[in-house]
Amino acid sequence: MHDHLLSILIWLPIASGIVVLMLGERNVGAGRWLSLIGSVATLALCVPLWHDFNTHTAAYQFVEQVAWIPRFHAYYALGVDGISMPLIVLTAFMTIPVVIAGWRVITKRAAQYYAAFMIMEGLMIGVFAATDALLFYFFWEAMLIPMFLIIGIWGGPRRVYATIKFFLYTFLGSVFMLAALIYMYVKAGSYSIAAFQALPLTLTEQRWIFFAFLLAFAVKVPMWPVHTWLPDAHVEAPTGGSVILAAIMLKMGGYGFLRFSLPIAPDACRELNMLIITLSLIAVIYIGFVAIVQPDMKKLIAYSSIAHMGFVTLGAFVVYAIVRASGGLQGAAMGMDGAMVQMISHGLISGAMFLCVGVLYDRMHSRQIADYGGVVNTMPIFGAFMVLFALANTGLPGTSGFVGEFLVILASFKAGFWFSTLAAVTLILGACYSLWLVKRVVFGPVGNEHVAKLTDLDGREFLILGALAVAVLLLGIWPAPLLKVMEPTIHHLVAQAVATKVPV
Amino acid sequence: MLDPSNTLNPFAVAMPEIFLTAAICVVLLFEAFFGAKRRGATATLTLFVLVIGAALTVVYANVTQRVVLFDGMYVADPLAYVLKLAGFLIVAWVLLYSRSYLENRDILKGEYYVLALTALLGIFVLVSANSLLTVYLGVELLALSVYAMVAFDRESGVAAEAAMKYFVLGAIASGMLLYGMSIIYGLTGTLSLDGIAAALHSPSDLGVILGLAFMVVAVAFKFGAVPFHMWLPDVYEGAPTSVTLFVGTAPKIAYFALALRLLAYGMPGAAIDWTRMLMPLAVLTLVVGNVVAIVQSNLKRMLAYSTISHVGFIVLGFVAGTKSGYAAALYYMLIYVLMALGAFGVVVLASRKGFEADRLDDYKGMYRRDPLLALAMAMLMFSMAGVPPFVGFWAKLRIIQALWETNHPWLVIIAVSMSVVGAFYYLRVVKLMYFDEAPETLPATVRSTGVRFALGINAAAVLVLGILPAPLLDLCSRIIG
Repeated sequence: MHDHLLSILIWLPIASGIVVLMLGERNVGAGRWLSLIGSVATLALCVPLWHDFNTHTAAYQFVEQVAWIPRFHAYYALGVDGISMPLIVLTAFMTIPVVIAGWRVITKRAAQYYAAFMIMEGLMIGVFAATDALLFYFFWEAMLIPMFLIIGIWGGPRRVYATIKFFLYTFLGSVFMLAALIYMYVKAGSYSIAAFQALPLTLTEQRWIFFAFLLAFAVKVPMWPVHTWLPDAHVEAPTGGSVILAAIMLKMGGYGFLRFSLPIAPDACRELNMLIITLSLIAVIYIGFVAIVQPDMKKLIAYSSIAHMGFVTLGAFVVYAIVRASGGLQGAAMGMDGAMVQMISHGLISGAMFLCVGVLYDRMHSRQIADYGGVVNTMPIFGAFMVLFALANTGLPGTSGFVGEFLVILASFKAGFWFSTLAAVTLILGACYSLWLVKRVVFGPVGNEHVAKLTDLDGREFLILGALAVAVLLLGIWPAPLLKVMEPTIHHLVAQAVATKVPV
Repeated sequence: MLDPSNTLNPFAVAMPEIFLTAAICVVLLFEAFFGAKRRGATATLTLFVLVIGAALTVVYANVTQRVVLFDGMYVADPLAYVLKLAGFLIVAWVLLYSRSYLENRDILKGEYYVLALTALLGIFVLVSANSLLTVYLGVELLALSVYAMVAFDRESGVAAEAAMKYFVLGAIASGMLLYGMSIIYGLTGTLSLDGIAAALHSPSDLGVILGLAFMVVAVAFKFGAVPFHMWLPDVYEGAPTSVTLFVGTAPKIAYFALALRLLAYGMPGAAIDWTRMLMPLAVLTLVVGNVVAIVQSNLKRMLAYSTISHVGFIVLGFVAGTKSGYAAALYYMLIYVLMALGAFGVVVLASRKGFEADRLDDYKGMYRRDPLLALAMAMLMFSMAGVPPFVGFWAKLRIIQALWETNHPWLVIIAVSMSVVGAFYYLRVVKLMYFDEAPETLPATVRSTGVRFALGINAAAVLVLGILPAPLLDLCSRIIG
């Protein structure tokens, strides 16, 4: 089974999604259970993936390779290393709460809803597992279709605007990446990502490629100033859509920087690192301020996502500033470690926050902070969860949010005092928007008669929030296994990032 | 498979054309004697003819290398073989889709089928042309049949207007073609494309460029490249949808062959000149097609502008001016035909007598009225936008690859930017079908199982060829050589 583990991880959810679709709306009960079984089975298959993963090598593991288009040397090539494997596990993990969260809530075209999420899960795992650039792009773009439908069909009042904006924004970014990939294919004669990484490129070529990638990944992350699709998409998307969007799809931008930009165009990255670092710091600080004033809970979390993802890009590119400041590589790996942990952690926390908002929205049909107040009086258990996740969002030690941010701030300290000082502002801003949100929504006297009638979590909701809370705490208290899994890959990546590819 | 060393019987290799000519006579007579009594019998007979024709093509015309026959007028090569087979298949599909449409409107007449077959014959002549004369013969045979088809519904004023526009502009284009040909003939003293290819060398003198310019205009007109595209939206919108279906699909094979035989194979020595002429045309075509499509409220007209934008991509393959570029253009053309077939097929199936289903708003809430049709249309729209896993993605990829190989960075940037603009109006169709609620008043779609099955195959092909693109990509590269 190990020879085809990744294929199974990709195609099992897709197959179950297709079956759910064929069962149709009449058998939606069976479809629901099938989706749950499919997503749980996918997570179960991640157990051997994690357990049998060799933590001593940076090479791809669980490799599969089948000729796909022999004439163009494109392969159906899969494999995982220390940065893609945790993201696959995260994807499998986060799909389950999405399926459960929709259980009673989604009544309109429910079979299609589950099918879309299951197909989406397979495609997202495919993005992380592909080691062939063409296959990667294939999954990367295909994923847009289910998300487009999810926001457009089950979204809020401005869903059409939001979903078309989402699609076109990401499509615009991606097509330039495609142009860059094809350019490199023509030079390298193969679509393998490893071949691209080994391909010597002049500085001019690297600059163009860097910007093509930047457009694709910056839109996905999203970085300031191409982030404007995200608040719209999040606000209009159904809860499940927001969770997947925040927890997984944003990570693909970060993953793209680590997998493509840094190793393929290292010289251009070195030259332009201040651009990325500046944009990241703007995201961290400016977007942090923007988040504070949001009257809509989902929008607030969406902006907080942008700020947190700023840490990912900062951690990835701070390596160049460290080399410049200290002349050595000490601390460089820490920045990337931080970026990766931050991605996993943000996946869990933002997903949990959106689920919390979903819980409230299902009861009150409002996302406006002003409509709430004193929820803890009627929903004490929910209040506890929400406070925990909000604290994790601020980066409280003991939660996963702390680990990533701390590592990145520590690494940027090596790059210079101001980098770390500016980055650390997030600890204040994060506390401002998260805690103020909790204060206004959860605490205080009961806000109005609707809040007074609220009922606390049912078993289903408790289960998903509980599982996420355990994951957040576990990763916060004991991040060592994750860091160990990533270590060889990160070291290899740092070496690639500081090497030069310009032909002599 | 035929061994070229003893293929001295040219009549065997030309079997598709010979059979088709005979079959046209038979169908015409059949219609004259029995057509009035048994409506629809001619349709069945024609489908039968197409199947037999395809079988005969496989048996007789399957050559492994280039053979020139009939005193250099006719060429049989793997490309012609594949295109003829595709021609049979496409026309068969068109006729399958259009039958219920014609029946519904009481215009199920045998002439429609005869005209489709003569048009197909014109396509074949063009596909196998190896001389300026044969090229012209094919162009005219195809064009005249199609003019008549557009005007086929004689009750319809719009259709008559469209046919008139098409005819007048088409005649001018034919004139251009002839004029260009006469100049080239005067300069080289030969009608044979092989002879012309041997006589023309780079750099071209002014006379050649002049003749070439006229021919490029004619090719651009036939393809519907901007600024020679004015006829195309009017014809697509005005013609009965079943005819739009025909005009939008099968003739593209012929026009591709026209460009390839005339420019790429006939004048490789002047390649630098005609690629330069095609380049601005391609850019304009991409920009105008995509941008103007956005503001259309009529689906047929929107698809017409979308055709123009796809033509821009096909022309880009010729701009590359390499074998890889021609193969890319061929692949794009075949894929485009596959997608257009499906898209117009959906329009045909969604319409009823008195309800043409040609406004975009007629597709509101299609998902609820007819899930299968909506799904097929959504797949086709995503494919046309070039989103994987659908096959339209590979067509665009292949063109961009050819452009990188010949180092055209700006064309790549324009092409990919325009495909984003294009995505918008394709998404709008999906939006109408899936996100909007259906008005109560729309009539039901056509529910005949056979046609829906054909459409299902068509849509499935878009997905399957998208997931497993290798065989067709390989075929296209191989037959271009």
